[in-house]
This record gives sequence, C-alpha cells and structure tokens, in this order.
Amino acid sequence: MIENRKYYVQTIFIVIGIIFLIKLFSIQVMDSRYKLAAENNVINKVIEYPYRGLIYDRNNKIIVHNTPVYDIMVVPKEVEVADTIRFCSLFDITKEEFEAKILAAKKYSYIKQSLFFPQVNNEEFARIQDDLVEYKGFYPVARTIRSYPEPVLANGLGYIGEVSKNQLAKDTTNYYKSGDYIGISGLEAAYEKELRGKRGVKYKLVNVRGIEKGSFNDGAFDSASVPGNNLVSSIDLELQKYAEFLMKDKVGSIVAIEPATGEILALVNSPSYDPGLLAGRKYSSNFQALSQDTLKPLFNRPVMATYRPGSVFKLVQSLVALQEGVITPGTRIVCNRGIINCHGAHTNEDLHGAIKFSCNPYFYQTFRKIINQGKAPKMNVDSRIGLSMWDEYLDRLGFGRTLGVDIPNEKGGLVPKPSYYNRYYGEGGWNFYTIYSLSIGEGELLTTPLQVANLAAILANRGYFIAPHLARGIDTPDAFLKINYKREDTGIDAEHFTTVVDAMAEIVDGTARIAKVKDVEICGKTGTVENKNSFDHSAFMAFAPKENPKIALSVYVENAGWGGGVAAAISGLLIEKYVKGEVAANREWVENYVMTKAYLNNLK
Amino acid sequence: MSRQDNIWNRVDWLLIAIFFVLVIFGWLNIYAVGYDAEQVQSIFNFTQNSGKQLVFIAGSLVIIIIIMILDFRFFDSFAYYLYAGVIVLLILILLFGTEISGNKSWFVFGPVRLQPSEFAKFTTALAVAKLFSSKNIRLERLKDQIQSSWIVLLPIVLIVMQGDAGTAMVFLAFVFVYYREGLPTYYLLVGVAAIAIFILTLMVEPLYLTIAAVVIGIILIAINNKRLKKVAMIVVGVIGVIGLVESVDYVINDVLKPHQQNRIKSLINPDADPLGYGWNVTQSKIAIGSGGTLGKGFLEGTQTKYDFVPEQSTDFIFCTIGEEHGWLGSFILITLFMALLLRIVFIAERQKGNFARIYGYAVACIFFVHFGINIGMTIGLFPVAGIPLPFFSYGGSSLWSFTILLFVLIKLDAHRMQVLTR
Repeated sequence: MIENRKYYVQTIFIVIGIIFLIKLFSIQVMDSRYKLAAENNVINKVIEYPYRGLIYDRNNKIIVHNTPVYDIMVVPKEVEVADTIRFCSLFDITKEEFEAKILAAKKYSYIKQSLFFPQVNNEEFARIQDDLVEYKGFYPVARTIRSYPEPVLANGLGYIGEVSKNQLAKDTTNYYKSGDYIGISGLEAAYEKELRGKRGVKYKLVNVRGIEKGSFNDGAFDSASVPGNNLVSSIDLELQKYAEFLMKDKVGSIVAIEPATGEILALVNSPSYDPGLLAGRKYSSNFQALSQDTLKPLFNRPVMATYRPGSVFKLVQSLVALQEGVITPGTRIVCNRGIINCHGAHTNEDLHGAIKFSCNPYFYQTFRKIINQGKAPKMNVDSRIGLSMWDEYLDRLGFGRTLGVDIPNEKGGLVPKPSYYNRYYGEGGWNFYTIYSLSIGEGELLTTPLQVANLAAILANRGYFIAPHLARGIDTPDAFLKINYKREDTGIDAEHFTTVVDAMAEIVDGTARIAKVKDVEICGKTGTVENKNSFDHSAFMAFAPKENPKIALSVYVENAGWGGGVAAAISGLLIEKYVKGEVAANREWVENYVMTKAYLNNLK
Repeated sequence: MSRQDNIWNRVDWLLIAIFFVLVIFGWLNIYAVGYDAEQVQSIFNFTQNSGKQLVFIAGSLVIIIIIMILDFRFFDSFAYYLYAGVIVLLILILLFGTEISGNKSWFVFGPVRLQPSEFAKFTTALAVAKLFSSKNIRLERLKDQIQSSWIVLLPIVLIVMQGDAGTAMVFLAFVFVYYREGLPTYYLLVGVAAIAIFILTLMVEPLYLTIAAVVIGIILIAINNKRLKKVAMIVVGVIGVIGLVESVDYVINDVLKPHQQNRIKSLINPDADPLGYGWNVTQSKIAIGSGGTLGKGFLEGTQTKYDFVPEQSTDFIFCTIGEEHGWLGSFILITLFMALLLRIVFIAERQKGNFARIYGYAVACIFFVHFGINIGMTIGLFPVAGIPLPFFSYGGSSLWSFTILLFVLIKLDAHRMQVLTR
C-alpha cells in the first residue's frame, strides 16, 4: 500500500509538468494577444510634428510664422520630486493640480511620456531650465506655435488648436490623431491641407524606462515629417495695418479688393483681437474671454455681418434698368417726394443726377419700371415675373448668395425671391407696391460688406468680377502654384457701367468731399444704413482710380451716422495709402477726424 | 583500485548529465538576459552576471569534488549537527543579519553574501532522513505525526520571521516526503481542499460558499442518516469549511502583508491593475506569450532585455526561455526537469537504506516545489513568490545549495551497495 505511493508522487510531478505545458501552449501558441502586447511594450511611436507652413502677404512679408515652445513631458515611473512646493512654483500650479496631472499621466502609462505642462515659451523655459534638471522624470520636447509679427488680420487668419474628438470622428481620411493641431477658422482652416504638412513617425525600440534602444526593423516603417507649404496671401500687410489702425474704437468692417484679380487687399473686422492670444498655452482662457466679449471680436463682420445696403443699391437698380432698357441715361424723373422721401435740392434729374443726388423717387419709379414691364395683364403676376428677372440680375451681381471667399462661415445675405413674399402674403397676394422699399436698398434686403466691396469691383471692371479671395497661391518647395479663381460675368453691358461710373466719379465732389484725393479719380457711393432705435451706420463703397482701377472697397462703421462722413473719410485714406503709397501731409486732418471719432460710445 | 576510481565508476552519470545540461542552459540564459546588442559583452566577462555565474559554476564543481571525497557516512552521522548548525545560523541572522529588499535573510561579509535559509533545505532534508531512518516512526499515528513535524516546522518558523515567506513555502515539499513515508492521504486531500476553497472564496461571494457548504452538508447527512459517526464527521467538515471561508477575509487583510495581498489579487485577476500590482504577472506572461511556438531566437528577446520583466535574471528567468525559445524551449525545459525529478525518485527507490531513500525523496520534492512555484508564478498559475528556478536563476547561494542537495544524493547512491538494510 505505502509502496504504491512512489507512483502517486511521480504522478503528481508529471501532472504538474503537463499542466504547465498546456498553459504554456495556450499563452505561447494559441493566444496572439501577448505578441501584440509585447510590441506595444517595446515599440515607441515617436511622432515628428511637421513644421506648419508660413503665411506671407502679397509683398512677401511674413504674416504668420512659427516659434518654438517646449512641451514638458513626464514619465511617471521616473518621477522624483523632493520639494513639491518648489516644483509647483516653477510652473505656477497648485499642489492639487500637480497631483492631478501626475495621476492623469499614470493612467496613460507608467513608462511612456505624456504631456505634463504644455507650451512653455522660450523666456519661461530659460527661467525653469536649470531647476528642471534637478527633478527626474520630466523632459522638455520642442514644438512650435503660431506667432505673428504684426497683431493684425486675426479673423482672416483664423487660429489653430488641438484637434477635437468631434473632428477626429469626422475625419474620413484618418489623417488626424489625438494631439495634432488643426486649423479651426480663417485661412488656417481653409488651407489646412496645404499648411499642415505631413506628420512623420519613427518607431523606436524602448526599454522599460522609455530609453531608446535603436530603431524598430531598421526603420523600415519610419517616415520623415514633411513641412507644410507656405501660403502666399493677397493681403497687403501695410494697408491691412493702416486699415485696422483707422478702425480703432469703431465697430464695423473694411473689405478692399484688387478688382482685376479679385484679390482681397485688406480685410478688417473691428473690434478684433491680437491673433497671438489664440496661440499658446492661454488659448482656452483667452478664447473664453473673447467669446464672452459683448463687442464680439470673434464675429468676422466682413463676411458674416449683414446690413441693409441702402443707397449703394441705387447703382444696382441703374445697371439693371439700363440693361433691361426700361430707362436710358437721359431718362428724367420728377422728384415727387409725395410717394417716397428724398433729400437735397433737386427736382427733375436724369440718371447721372439721380445717382449724384441719391434721388429716392427716381429709383422708386425705375424699380417700378423694372418690376412691372407689362408681361402679364394682372399686376401681381406681372410683379412676380419682374421680381424673378430682377433676382437673376442680383444673383449675377453676387447678391443673395455667397461669393465663395476662401475663408469659412461666409454669409450670403438676403435677396427676397417671389417665394419669399408668397410665404408672407400668400400666392399672388403681393405686387410692386408691397415690395417697393427694395428700390432704395431697404426692406428685406441684406448684404455683407464683402458683397458690397465686390460690387465696387464689378463697377471697376465694368461688368465682371473674379471670386474674391485671400490666397494667391501655394509656395511649394518645387514651384509656386498659383490658384486660379473663377471669373463671373454679370451679363450687363459695359456701356451701362460707363454711365453709372461717370456719376460715381462726382460723388467726391459732392456728398463725400472728405474722400477726395489729389490726382486720384475716386468713384464712390455713400450708403447710410438706417437704424430705427440707434444711430445710423455709416457706409461707403468706392473704387479708384477711375481708369485702370487698383482698389475697390467697402467701409462700414456702425452707429457712425451718414455715409459721407467717417466711412468716406476712411475710404479716401485707404485709397490714397494704397494708390499713392502714403497719405499726404495736408490730409492728416482727415486721419485726425477719423481717429477722434470713438463711435463705440454711440453703441447701444 | 583507488577510492576515486571507484566512485566515478559508480555514480549515476545520467543524473549528472541532466545536471550539466540544466546548468549550461541556465548559464546561456543569464547571458541572454544581460545581452545588449549595442554593447556586446563577452559571456566570460566577469563584470557581467554571465561571467559571475561561470565563477559560481566553477565553485559548484569544487563542491562536487569535496562531496565525492568525503566519506558517505559523514552525512548520515552528522545530519543532526549540520541541521543544528544551520538552525543556529537562522537564529543569529535574526539578530545580526542584513536586511535586503525587506528580508532579513543575509549575512554580508564584504562582497560575499550568504543566505543560510538556502542551506536549511539541505540540512532539514538530512535531518528528516536521519529521523525517519533511525527511529521507528509510524506516521499514521497522531503522536508520531506531532513528534516528527517539529524538525520541519522549526526552520519554517525561523525563515518566516526573517520575512521570507517564499523560501519558507519550499518546506511544504516535506509534506510529500512524509506522505511517501506513510502520512495518511487525507492530510493531502484536506490541504488541497483548503487551498481550493481559499481560492474559490476570492472569486465567489463568501455568503454563497457558506450556503453551498450547508446545502451539500444537509444532502450528505440525508444520504447517511443512519450512521451517526459519519454524520458527525460531515458536520465537523461543514463547520470547518465555513470557518475557512469566513477567515479568508481576515487572513488576506490582517495576516498577509500588503505586497502578499497584492500577489494573491493579481493571481485571481491580473488585469485589475496591470500597471500596478499586476505588473509582474502581466509582463511575465507577455514576455513568455510573445515567444510563440519557436521563440524569437537566442539573444533576440525584447521584453526581458529591455527590463519589462522584473527580477529577470533570478526569479523570472523562465521568461527569457519562454520569449527566446518559445513553446519548444519551454517543452524542452519542462521535459528536462521531469527527467531530473523522475530520475531522482528512481534513484531514491533503489536505495537499500532508509536514510538515502528518504533523503532522495526530500531532494526530489524540494526541486519539484521550486520548479512548480517558480514556473507557476511566471505563467500566472501561482502567486508571485521570490524563489529561484533550480540551476537557472542567477546566484551563487541557490546554485550551490541545489548542487549540494543533488550531489549528496549521487554520493549516497554511489555507495548504496555498502549499506546494509536494517
């Protein structure tokens, strides 16, 4: 009996041996998870962030460049901080924040680097560098952030930020990874693909402390980062700076376009912000402050704000009426102020005079002639046909739709269509007398400053425009790739433009004398956007010179009174600055006039 | 015919061959652990572990020769003295020892470190053999069980006092020796059942286990309702089980140290905290599992080389074998150990004298427990316990103590014809 126990003992030995072999077979041969886990252990993916492309102005001046910052990374397993209070004082954080950061890093990995403190700038880094080496487990990693030689064009340039979870989910190309930067608005967003470059990746073998032990598979899977391409914008930095300077303490916008090319020379939103505020570590708090500002500096007025166009629209009515043949340049209409109010001393003008004096009854009658051409016997049907036809002209002139400017969030404004009135008044429940306020640019009409500047460009070009844009082209290492933009024709004959432009040329001798520049023939039109409960908005559109125009622009200053005032003054200064290179000394008083008007006080 | 010529003709060369294969395989692995492709060092470099291990191997050859020269009756005659000597050392170490990583198990003399508990296994094996061969002990009797158990319990208590629970656990090997010598089977069964219930309690709510024990007890009583003695045994059994179940919480939280609690938790669920207390087991399994069928090749392992596996040249040396040589290498290693164990049992059984046979079993069981606990912990079948894999783990104390254990048996076996049966 006892003798048999030698077999039992040996059986126990063998059973344990077999159990081990089975267990080993299951983890070594059957289960592939351990192989993956082993690779994850030793292969450290080192991302090489690409150098984001720079943005230049039209004269090759840098608008946006990159400056180095240091992300402080932490490897929790190595952390040795003897004096937490002193360490926290380096980064100006509390002990609780310190512990929370370390805990978050531990959750990610004990042995791999994770972000401890982001974007320490050069000066800060110089200050903490010597102290930092005393603490084990913290490593600075160089990265770059955007910086701006001049604090201008913030809304046009936009900003970049860490890619959000939402964007990651939407990214069908699977390019972005958590931690990448992405353009969020403006040119940064519009030309993201060109600017971002290509992320590089290196697979490094690491030991348990994250220390590199050579490259994986001799670097067969590695790729170098490719810097982003530079963007050459159409902006004239000097003009942009001057325009922003003039808009100081005013709410409004300026859009200046080179008519022949559609290139935007200046795009001013006021009030704006220093673009540097949204680059760097204080991004979140700055963004929050800006988004809560009651003056809405993040609202990009040039392309997003919509105003009733007012008198500026009389030019549009003239063009449409001439093309339709319902008036000729010589058509005279009595200024009958019984129907619609008017201003100034005039009684019976032709088109030239009507534009010059901005005669309301003239355009009331003209618009009636456009809308009711007797194409149907019933007036409401005739009005519908007329409005549809007028809508088509406005569409070709760039109103009631977006122009396709190359920055996000452009608004299209509103040009009411028959269907629009049908909704309000019922099918056939309206006619010309319902919609006559459109004749002088009032009523339901809404236009953006960009559309009005584009109208100036159309007038400068005598009949066509190139889609307004901020990017001239992409500067790749191999070649400069010019971007071609679509030319759109208005379908209105050039001769009709001549009539209108001739009238515009007299404005600076009339209502907008303040805009007059020596030796530069300016064609312009004032517009006063009426506000029921507040001061009117001052608006002015112009192009210059009359022949071979170099610049077309619109200026809006909210709550600043009539168009012949501050908006015209700013327009004149900008034209002078751009066409002649500098503002003449004898016109400094105009600058002073503009600068002393702090219309912010008029805001309600 | 000189004495030396005789001995080398009578030793068991198969066992010696297994010993050398294991030692050389182990030595190559110690080299592989320290190998750095960017800074290649010779396997003979004495500043490296592999070079030092070579010195230890040379030392063990000297030990082998000394054992072979000694009179074989020395071990029988001096068994108690050797045992007593080591017990004294174990007491002294509690007073004068140096604490290294939480255990007060070492005497440190300059560069030399000595761990008496390693040699306690050998002397206890001798003492147990001596006890059973010199006295008529009948282990089916409770009185003899108690009388014979102190010889094993004394070193266990002293080693636990040093804080080295792992080494103390090795002394459980003597349960198998006692079993071979007549300890009733139910001791083993109760032991296995207790461990099973203990582990079950960690995985299942103690309340359910209590209910299950009561229900099973009632069913058993119903079946045996006529036999009073059996019913009484069942009631005692159920109370015992419930007592064990209810005490698990107390044992885990109040008796075990935090690191021991974590080792048990990580055995039950290593994924609960893979970066914390589950780290060792998780990384060990990753290293072994990543070896696949044929392994990554000698010196090609990454997990062990880049220090993901802790204690990789000592307690977790098996990870390197699993990673670099795959399942095939593991198969060869386990087969070698099986051959070692079965050969030792075979040798023990062919002894005429009780002393050599019992000693042989003690050697086999000590090797078995080391092998079982060490491999078991690396593959997540046993809680992590710091005990070496014989002949593989780096270190002089362990290599020499295993060499002594094995070659004293070979020495005794060589003289088996000179022993008269009682």
